[in-house]
Amino acid sequence: MRTNRASYEGVVLAAPFTVPYERYSIRNANWFAAQALRGLLSEAKLEKNQVDGICLSSFLLGPDTVVGLTQQMGLSPRWIDHIPTGGASGVMAVRRAARAVQCGDADIIACIGADTNHVESFREGLANFSAFARDATYPYGAGGPNSMFALMTDHYMRRYGATRSDFGQIAVSQRANAALNPNALLRKPMSLEEYLNARPIAEPIHLLDCVMPCAGAEGFLVLREERAKELSLPYVKLSAAIERHNAYADDPVMIRGGWLRDRDELYAQAGITPDQIDVIHTYDDYPVIVLMQFEGLGFCELGGAPKFVRENTFTHDGTVPHNTSGGQLSAGQAGAAGGFLGLNETIRQLLGTTGARQVKDAHWGLVSGFGIVNFDRCVCTGAVILESAR
Amino acid sequence: MKSNLFPTKNPILRTPRMNLPPTGRGRVAHGFTRAAATSDHLELQVCEQCETVQYPARDACEKCLSPELTWLKQSPLGELLGVTTLHHSNHLYFQERLPWRIGIVRLDRGPTVIAFLTKNVSPPETISDEHRTRVQVLLRLDRGGQAIFVAHPIEELNIDLKEKLQMETGCSPLGRKILVTDGKTAAGQAVVKSLLDAGAETVWVGYSEPWKSSEVIHRLKALDRVELVPLDLTDARSVNALGSELGGKVDIVVSNAEVHRTEGISSRPGTDVARAEMEVNYFGLLRLAQAFGPAMKARSADGPGHAVAWVNLLSIFALSNYPSQGTFSASKAAAFSLAQCLRAEMLPHGIRVLNVFPGPIDDEWNQNVPPPKLSPSALASAIVRALTEGLEDLYPGDVAREWFARWSDNPKALERELVGGSL
Repeated sequence: MRTNRASYEGVVLAAPFTVPYERYSIRNANWFAAQALRGLLSEAKLEKNQVDGICLSSFLLGPDTVVGLTQQMGLSPRWIDHIPTGGASGVMAVRRAARAVQCGDADIIACIGADTNHVESFREGLANFSAFARDATYPYGAGGPNSMFALMTDHYMRRYGATRSDFGQIAVSQRANAALNPNALLRKPMSLEEYLNARPIAEPIHLLDCVMPCAGAEGFLVLREERAKELSLPYVKLSAAIERHNAYADDPVMIRGGWLRDRDELYAQAGITPDQIDVIHTYDDYPVIVLMQFEGLGFCELGGAPKFVRENTFTHDGTVPHNTSGGQLSAGQAGAAGGFLGLNETIRQLLGTTGARQVKDAHWGLVSGFGIVNFDRCVCTGAVILESAR
Repeated sequence: MKSNLFPTKNPILRTPRMNLPPTGRGRVAHGFTRAAATSDHLELQVCEQCETVQYPARDACEKCLSPELTWLKQSPLGELLGVTTLHHSNHLYFQERLPWRIGIVRLDRGPTVIAFLTKNVSPPETISDEHRTRVQVLLRLDRGGQAIFVAHPIEELNIDLKEKLQMETGCSPLGRKILVTDGKTAAGQAVVKSLLDAGAETVWVGYSEPWKSSEVIHRLKALDRVELVPLDLTDARSVNALGSELGGKVDIVVSNAEVHRTEGISSRPGTDVARAEMEVNYFGLLRLAQAFGPAMKARSADGPGHAVAWVNLLSIFALSNYPSQGTFSASKAAAFSLAQCLRAEMLPHGIRVLNVFPGPIDDEWNQNVPPPKLSPSALASAIVRALTEGLEDLYPGDVAREWFARWSDNPKALERELVGGSL
């Protein structure tokens, strides 16, 4: 194992801010990005020019990138980054911003995931999502990510004996968590029976396995610990972080993600073991991927997640507090902001500001990212471990 | 006449319009289009440096980054690893024809592909080393003329012509109403017979110069499901009259009428013969396409018994001029070019244009051509097979295949080789 990765010591995350989610919006992604920054500044009581770095992720910002935003929002940063990794972009934003503030390339970096959702925008994004998708998946029924995750789910079920109830356990407990999150779009209680009876979309995936695309934004600040103290900002500490792209490319069908390859280094860097994690946020675009994250991040072995799911409970007060915001399955998937949802929820859990859904004595938080169905599987994976400073 | 296969259309209902499958493909991915145009056999890119087989289509080798990627035939065999049935689609074509079954297949040659599944293929309840489902992946053209993969059970030999996937990729004559423009030629008669054998519901057979009674015409007349119709492709009024009568009914047009004289430039002075060839081979096709094209396009999504294909009998000499049949070659080259135009106009409506490029047919106009010659019946069965598989370009017989290979390899070499007068 390579151990020459520099420590993230002294890097903190602060001021989590969420631009409320809407099912559809006539605003564009630029609007959501601007409101996220405005919210961050107000949350942290900062002047605009104190933010000298910006890291952005958005699917629908086109034709702009973060470059256009600097002029639109009247910023003059000395560090910018625009990351195209969707569900992995939150984790990747943290990693990039952390090194920039450690090295002094920037002082305070706003990390923002922002997207809008028009009635047609999700569908329009599919046909040309990637060259491989255009050539090799969209022509096969144009099911979008539903169809690729259906194939992975089908294989996983046949190979490891997972049942729809196992996936339902994830979806149902996230809905229970969402009931305690005012920003979640789907808060009506859901039973396992309702989950199982949902209409089929791409068998074995049914309606309640699918996230609901929506508009919204998430953002937080990355800065050095002493700077946060100067500003009297409550913060959480970045303890470890990994990312990996196109891992296990030789697997004929996706059964594991890149987490497995780097997780030992992740826990070694934080100096903890998986059983010490108090709250975990996986990227939950489909429940099967949640199970692969439990396996990849060391909560159980490869193929062991069905058993793990049956033996645990996943509400905020359960044996494995998981996706306490409701996750994307119940809170909604605000485009690339979906990759920031787990980070903001974990920061809040470790700051102790989540109210009714607060995990008791949460000290260590794990956030996992997963993004971009380029062809038959998701390519980008990453994870961070955050530690409470309380 | 009522069809056994397709329900009679309710004339009160509005004719459904065609929405094509997704047509977006990168330039490199059109390597599959080229392969699927002539065969259902799987081709994939292979790296010339390290022999890695690639999928999806790439610009550089996944393993060694070499840009030297060659399209080569590959074993179609693989293992089915997962299936899904789509009850929702983001694209109108699929939405109108739900549900769809697709699967993820690991090919024996390495790559993983997504493919449509025929109804008889499913993975085992539990996938393990002992429990596997073997499939064969065939390359087909969809209604938009784009290449797609279809996975069949490995033991499946006979394709079910009525299955949705086959209906959407093939153009089988089964149950179709078909016009063959000339019944007097040997090829025309063979094509009529093959179409009837393949289950065509009705074959309208064109014949010009009706005052010339012939035995051939009498024989055709006696056939069940055959109807003779007057058609003179040199006469716009004749073509338009038939178009008005049949244009809204015909599912497949076989444009086989041709004038064939064996002349070069200097062997016969004047332009009369060349003009006669052009009048049928080129202008005849143009008249036919103008008379029948619009109505066929309007019927391309008209229930299961919709308009489906257009066949052009061209010649391998359309690719490169065969000097001893120089003017004939030129007329076929003109027809080939026009057929490309017809295809471009038909593709957006989901109608397949099958161009047939035979070498010399064993008929009265090729008496001086040495063997091997293509027998009319071999030509006809090749056309039916190509329709059934939904091909776009057909090079039937050994001569045509060899010419096509020589032309693809080096058109200049072929040109020089033909100077000597041999085939």
